[in-house]
Amino acid sequence: MALLQISEPGMSTAPHQHRLAVGIDLGTTNSLVATVRSGLSTVLLDEAGHALLPSVVHYTADGQIEVGHPAQLQQSQDPQNTIVSVKRFLGRGLGDIGDTNHLPYRFVEMPGMVQIETRAGIKSPVEVSAEILKTLKTRAEQVLGGELTGAVITVPAYFDDAQRQATKDAARLAGLNVLRLLNEPTAAAIAYGLDNSSEGIYVIYDLGGGTFDVSILRLTKGVFEVLSTNGDSALGGDDFDRRIFCWILEQARLQPLNPADTRLLMTKAKEAKEWLTEHASANITAVLSDGEIVNLTLDQAEFHSLTQQLLNRTLAPIRKALRDASLAVEDVKGIVLVGGATRMPQVRQAVTGFFGQEPLTNLDPDQVVALGAAIQANILAGNRHDDELLLLDVIPLSLGLETMGGLVEKVIPRNSTLPIARAQDFTTFKDGQTAMSIHVLQGERELVTDCRSLGRFELRGIPPMAAGAARIRVTFQVDADGLLSVSAQEQTSGAHANIVVKPSYGLSEDQITSMLQASFTSAEADKHARALQEARVDAARLLEAIEAALRQDGAALLNDEERTEIAAQMENLRNCARQEDSDAINQAVDALNHATETFAARRMDASVRQALAGQSLNTLEL
Amino acid sequence: MFNIQQNHFELFGLPARFAVDMALLDQHYRKLQAEVHPDRFVAASPNERMQSMQWATQVNEAYRTLKHPTSRARYLLQLQGVDTEEESNTAMPADFLMLQMEWREAVEEAFDDGDVTALDALLKDMREQAKILEQALADTLDRQHAWQESADIVRKLSFVDKIRSDVELKISKLEDE
Repeated sequence: MALLQISEPGMSTAPHQHRLAVGIDLGTTNSLVATVRSGLSTVLLDEAGHALLPSVVHYTADGQIEVGHPAQLQQSQDPQNTIVSVKRFLGRGLGDIGDTNHLPYRFVEMPGMVQIETRAGIKSPVEVSAEILKTLKTRAEQVLGGELTGAVITVPAYFDDAQRQATKDAARLAGLNVLRLLNEPTAAAIAYGLDNSSEGIYVIYDLGGGTFDVSILRLTKGVFEVLSTNGDSALGGDDFDRRIFCWILEQARLQPLNPADTRLLMTKAKEAKEWLTEHASANITAVLSDGEIVNLTLDQAEFHSLTQQLLNRTLAPIRKALRDASLAVEDVKGIVLVGGATRMPQVRQAVTGFFGQEPLTNLDPDQVVALGAAIQANILAGNRHDDELLLLDVIPLSLGLETMGGLVEKVIPRNSTLPIARAQDFTTFKDGQTAMSIHVLQGERELVTDCRSLGRFELRGIPPMAAGAARIRVTFQVDADGLLSVSAQEQTSGAHANIVVKPSYGLSEDQITSMLQASFTSAEADKHARALQEARVDAARLLEAIEAALRQDGAALLNDEERTEIAAQMENLRNCARQEDSDAINQAVDALNHATETFAARRMDASVRQALAGQSLNTLEL
Repeated sequence: MFNIQQNHFELFGLPARFAVDMALLDQHYRKLQAEVHPDRFVAASPNERMQSMQWATQVNEAYRTLKHPTSRARYLLQLQGVDTEEESNTAMPADFLMLQMEWREAVEEAFDDGDVTALDALLKDMREQAKILEQALADTLDRQHAWQESADIVRKLSFVDKIRSDVELKISKLEDE
């Protein structure tokens, strides 16, 4: 019989505590949540035993919000208030979405991101996505029986900065602590047990509901290095449905349809597509609202010819990704299929034909992304320490700046390994100029109009000088989530000019607060309660991080005086956190951060030193 | 004390030479990233997260510089205080200019014909030319320490790099159609 471990009263068990962390696949069609339990990554089921949560949100007539299967049932009856495939609109303007005629929504053009008018008011795609994430968060907390430490949320590798930022905003709105945004193909690679035993070049072919991604990875001893990525953020399984839908309209010679009939036939098209995965032909029958009966038969050969052009559109990004990685088809050791749409036989045939080998398909293509995200979440939450697994991902699209004549100058080339930073110098063109605007673009083309505008960053607080005298160094930093931040510094004035840089997209702190408040009743009291709650969570996280750092390196890297100072600031923060003043807590957090700056730098130096220790010490000691 | 500003070769524990053991470079790169990458610091204090991002950025920058022959040679010359003047100095020997012009003409012709195979063949020629220049650099940089001569070769190599990336862009344009 195993002996029970009993800890001393007051002795913390924190270091061994298993932190609840999940991986979330926020998909166009379906979303999933997974976690690592007893060393195994598993998808969490809802009460009815479903793994997949349809990414559908319904705003009901009586002011409720339904998510998933119940919402899906309302698609045909209440299409304008039932938002399907919201991921296609995340971080996108109306112009990016393309043809909206087949969509039943009332779109509202807004700067930065399109919004949708529903009976519950005008909703941002961020808010709609947050409803899906909230549902998954609740599911996870119910199944796991505790509050989540954090989540890894997956995004298509080909998502640009605005789409990534919107995803992160949605997670914040859902009350999730985002450990990392992880690219879907990379997540799939992890899940595929491409573990320490697999080495070589792998291609991940990810055809989701609304996006197509291809990533090429090199695996070496637990290091997953993304060499290149490419894709088409407006191509997915939904397009195959739409081909069938258009075919139905053509065959049945139908007049323009009302929203309910459109939705009905789109559903029939989707069912036919799924049926054709395992059957030679599909019957499509429907009764439209005016009583007209549709009765058609679609066979596989016809379906293949309808969608041949879509399949070809997936091959061009593969060729480009191989070329960017300087690789040939023969160098590829394995191909992983991701996304429900890869179940279609013609997709498998096309992939096999292109690579001259059968793809790996032993994991459920719907679950593989969430399973991989859960593994990464478990590592990032600190539940595994013996780990060698490391992901090195890349930026999918080049970042550039607008220059004279509407041209784009590349600042960060695509497929650069993250994190990456680049500095660029600017000057003023007017005497006494104190502000300037920098237009940041993402894409590969030469003209501003052909790239996606990420918005203008405003630089304010430039010290007034003669025209051309200021030397402003602007640094573009892309972090491990693939998110851009811009900072600026005036070089000549000597004084550390505090230049404020603000992007014109993404949600501001105020917008997030007001969206959060909209879901509460008594605004003012909640605002304070929430600020206090957030400050306490920050304080607890910081204290835990510093305690862990001190346990490891406090004795070796700090002298008595430094240790005393840090201990004093920690005590101060603990005291403040017991009081009710969120400002005081935030100040104490800042003070503790300040007191540990040197310690952080020394710890980093020590780990760099250790990384190559014993290998070539003589060169290192130079 | 380690310093984030130290030179790229020191960072990877490699001798400052043009001839680099690529396997060792890759291996040390991964070892360093395994220590400093932001994924290792998700739960750490904001200071450590900031440090981690700066270090990981620097390690990536250093790796990228040393991995590619042209940037590695340029960087070695920079350490010697030699500017390769790639923007300002466009003087080239006549035979090299002739080769450039021939390539440009052949590339335009193949592109107008939509001939990807011909473009691929041209890319292969260019890769071979680049290899010859890289071999010359190994000699002028590592053995002769002939910095000015090396700078001349880097300028040529950077011409070849540019036309190669032009061809790659053209191929991808053709494949899009």
